Amino acid sequence: MEIPYTSKPRPDTGLYNAKVGIWLFLASEVMLFGALFSAYILLRVGAGEGTWPHGLLSIPIGTFNTFVLITSSVTVVLGWASLQVGNFGRYKVYQAITILCAFGFLGIKSFEYRDKFKHYEVWLKNPITVHQGGKEVQTDRLLGHIEYEGHHPYFWNTARLAGSPEIKDKNGKVVKAAVARVESFKFQPDPIHYTMSPKEMAHAKKESFGHPHQEIEIKASDVKRLSAFVPSHSTFFAIYFTLTALHGLHVLGGAIVIFYIWGPGAKMWKTDPQRYMNRVEVSGLFWHFVDLVWIFLFPIIYLL
Amino acid sequence: MQASAHTDAHAHTHDAHHHEPSFLQKYVFSTDHKVIGIQYGLTALSFLLFGFFLMLCMRWQIAHPGQPVPLIGSLLEILIRNTDGTPLLAGGQMSPDVYNIFGAMHGNIMVFLAVVPLAFGAFGNYVVPLQIGAPDMAFPRINMASYQFYLLGGLTWFASIFIPGSAAQAGWTSYSPLASTIASYGQAFLLVGLVLLITSSLLGAVNFIATIIQLRAPGMTWMRLPFFVWAQFVTGFLLLLAFPPLEAAGVMQLMDNLFGTSFFLPTGLAVGGKIAEISGGGSPLLWQHLFWFLGHPEVYVLILPAMGVVAEIIACNTRKALWGYKSLVYSVLAIGFISFIVWAHHMYLTGMGTKISAFFQTTTMIISIPSIIILTCLFISLWGGSIRFNTPMLFALAFLPMFGIGGLTGLPLGFAAADLHLHDTYYVIAHFHYVVAPGTIFALFAGIYYWFPKMTGRMMNEFWGKVHFWGSFIFMNLIFQPMFFQGMAGMIRRMSDGGIQYAQKADAKLIGGLDKVYFDLHTVILWAAVGLAVCQIPFILNLFMSIYKGKKVTNDNPWEATTLEWQTPTPPPHGNFTKEPTVHRNPYDYSLPGAAKDFTPQNQP
Repeated sequence: MEIPYTSKPRPDTGLYNAKVGIWLFLASEVMLFGALFSAYILLRVGAGEGTWPHGLLSIPIGTFNTFVLITSSVTVVLGWASLQVGNFGRYKVYQAITILCAFGFLGIKSFEYRDKFKHYEVWLKNPITVHQGGKEVQTDRLLGHIEYEGHHPYFWNTARLAGSPEIKDKNGKVVKAAVARVESFKFQPDPIHYTMSPKEMAHAKKESFGHPHQEIEIKASDVKRLSAFVPSHSTFFAIYFTLTALHGLHVLGGAIVIFYIWGPGAKMWKTDPQRYMNRVEVSGLFWHFVDLVWIFLFPIIYLL
Repeated sequence: MQASAHTDAHAHTHDAHHHEPSFLQKYVFSTDHKVIGIQYGLTALSFLLFGFFLMLCMRWQIAHPGQPVPLIGSLLEILIRNTDGTPLLAGGQMSPDVYNIFGAMHGNIMVFLAVVPLAFGAFGNYVVPLQIGAPDMAFPRINMASYQFYLLGGLTWFASIFIPGSAAQAGWTSYSPLASTIASYGQAFLLVGLVLLITSSLLGAVNFIATIIQLRAPGMTWMRLPFFVWAQFVTGFLLLLAFPPLEAAGVMQLMDNLFGTSFFLPTGLAVGGKIAEISGGGSPLLWQHLFWFLGHPEVYVLILPAMGVVAEIIACNTRKALWGYKSLVYSVLAIGFISFIVWAHHMYLTGMGTKISAFFQTTTMIISIPSIIILTCLFISLWGGSIRFNTPMLFALAFLPMFGIGGLTGLPLGFAAADLHLHDTYYVIAHFHYVVAPGTIFALFAGIYYWFPKMTGRMMNEFWGKVHFWGSFIFMNLIFQPMFFQGMAGMIRRMSDGGIQYAQKADAKLIGGLDKVYFDLHTVILWAAVGLAVCQIPFILNLFMSIYKGKKVTNDNPWEATTLEWQTPTPPPHGNFTKEPTVHRNPYDYSLPGAAKDFTPQNQP
């Protein structure tokens, strides 16, 4: 006996096997992302005053990426529709755009990530006076960029300032070179901080527009805590990176599957066109789900 | 193709061998649901034995705190090492760390590597396609991947015991912040393994549900499905929908442990007397919610397939239809739905608030109703039957009162007020072990004895089967019954020395102290556990020797059962049925008036 309904629908359910499978899989995915979104809500509601960063992600870039994904959703449908009318050439073109959009999205996202890894918050032991929004403000928490020995370093944290000694293994081979301690570093503070309200932040941004960056010198001994915008910075960045990275993995996985069906797996169009169309349909359903997750993700992470 | 690798002596058989799969294809990378089922079964039984072994060590430590583990203490001393390379069992004695490691691994292994894979992966894989008249699962290669992810996850956990610092120590519940503050990679291994296992169960669940929806034979309507298939169907949905939140939680805890985030770590957390260098702002309660959102449906993942197995065996061995088939089906569906809204009854003592407790207390009482309906239907099914007391039936019959005890002792835990006293005591351990150990595991034993002839074409030995049954039955009760008394007296679980520092003389009635008699029960439990181990020897020998030496079955249907798995050749070939079966009748048409025999198979017009 052969397994039935691998490409033809079963009469009473009206579905072929893989379509049942993908919908079940997506139900499971809804629960996965649902749990993370719930975690986001719980963490945000429980966050103390002034501890939930907001306004630190680039809305124009996020919006652009949203359009990239929506475009890919449209082309994936157009590609499938082209196959339905037997136009293989047009399917190839549309699906190529889908794949390009997927990788474009990931490229833009990685650019955004990189930007975060060299953007810092520093908590100082004593408040200092800086320009913020056209006035002098006393504060012990600053956002901004570090300049040290002519570089903008990535991934620094409090422990990095203290340096670390050389580590050798049992045979005396150096496993990890010594890292010199940092006495002081240059800091270019942003004109804003997330302890401000969104309105104040917008105002401060407007006031400081066109002014050159102020640069201050911070002694390592004055630093209480230093963190780049990495997951350990705060629960906001923790959930931001976890959600977007997991979504990114889904984009990558979906793109690889669509690419396989589009390229090396396209021989099936000649041998079993019905099954090939099913594959395109199923991968398309997954792709729409990945887009839908982003449609929820974008407003709650970037806009709210 | 692989025939070319054969020697010349076999040259004349090349043609015959041409389409034969190689050993690897046939037994290791097989896509046949029956082989995968057996792979699941043997792996899960091995882990079941290993998990039991861990518990034997723990029971020794509880009964004889600080004394070297007999027989294998020195071996464990060599194998299990701390992060700095020193042995964790110095002189063969179990340190509190090792007790915690064994406890955490016992729980995780028993739930995720032993009982679920045996109930769902093994029996589900082998029996469900046969019972619905399908040639295989809907997605055979995904099925194979499901087993491989399971094996990989299991090996990850097993290997983690032998890394420096050894395995996870935070219990099977992995509560944060405890799970994030232990200085070893054990917890990370546990979480990575967990993600692999969840992947495995996701692939399995999608496959099972799709198979049951799509591949039912002609005439196999929903209300003609054997109850076992219904149970597996609902179990599939539980795995599909309840596991992903734990996966999300696992990823977040992995972030906490490896990337220094604070998902579950609160502001101002102090570790080892120092304020931890973390951002804070996380919520330990969030972990518990996500964990128990899986954790409670998981309980039904453990019990529903067992109920399915028992229903099959009871119908066959009473020679009459199950009483209340429709009630059984609707009850199992009701359990499936309600099991998603009872999780926080594990969290009454977290301070989440009395209103929330009241809600979950109510849903918990409601879910006991369908469970009781199922058990009652099974009991009533015995009425008026001509019962055959063979080994599978004995295990299935024992399941009923054992699950009954387990279920009924859960009611006081479901009430927030009573739970204040009983929470985290040995009472809880006794309660859920009655459900899972003499409950589910007995049902699984029953299933092994029942379906063994279909898998191998030979019967298991009845005499040794009965020795196995009576021994297990007596010792199981001797292990878990005393724990009810210990727990009600207030003995706390998870104490590496069994709580001996709280022991008092009988006349000294100090608050918080316990009468010495409750500690003497530790010794009873230890030797009962050893007895239980001894009683498994006849089973293990019986299982393997019957493959070669067991009595051959004389026909394809040795139990004279009605369901479709008995209407195939024995053992069923690849593709299962010689021709597509058509279903004409209900699953349990036993002793029909006017029928030629006392059973009428489903595919008989």
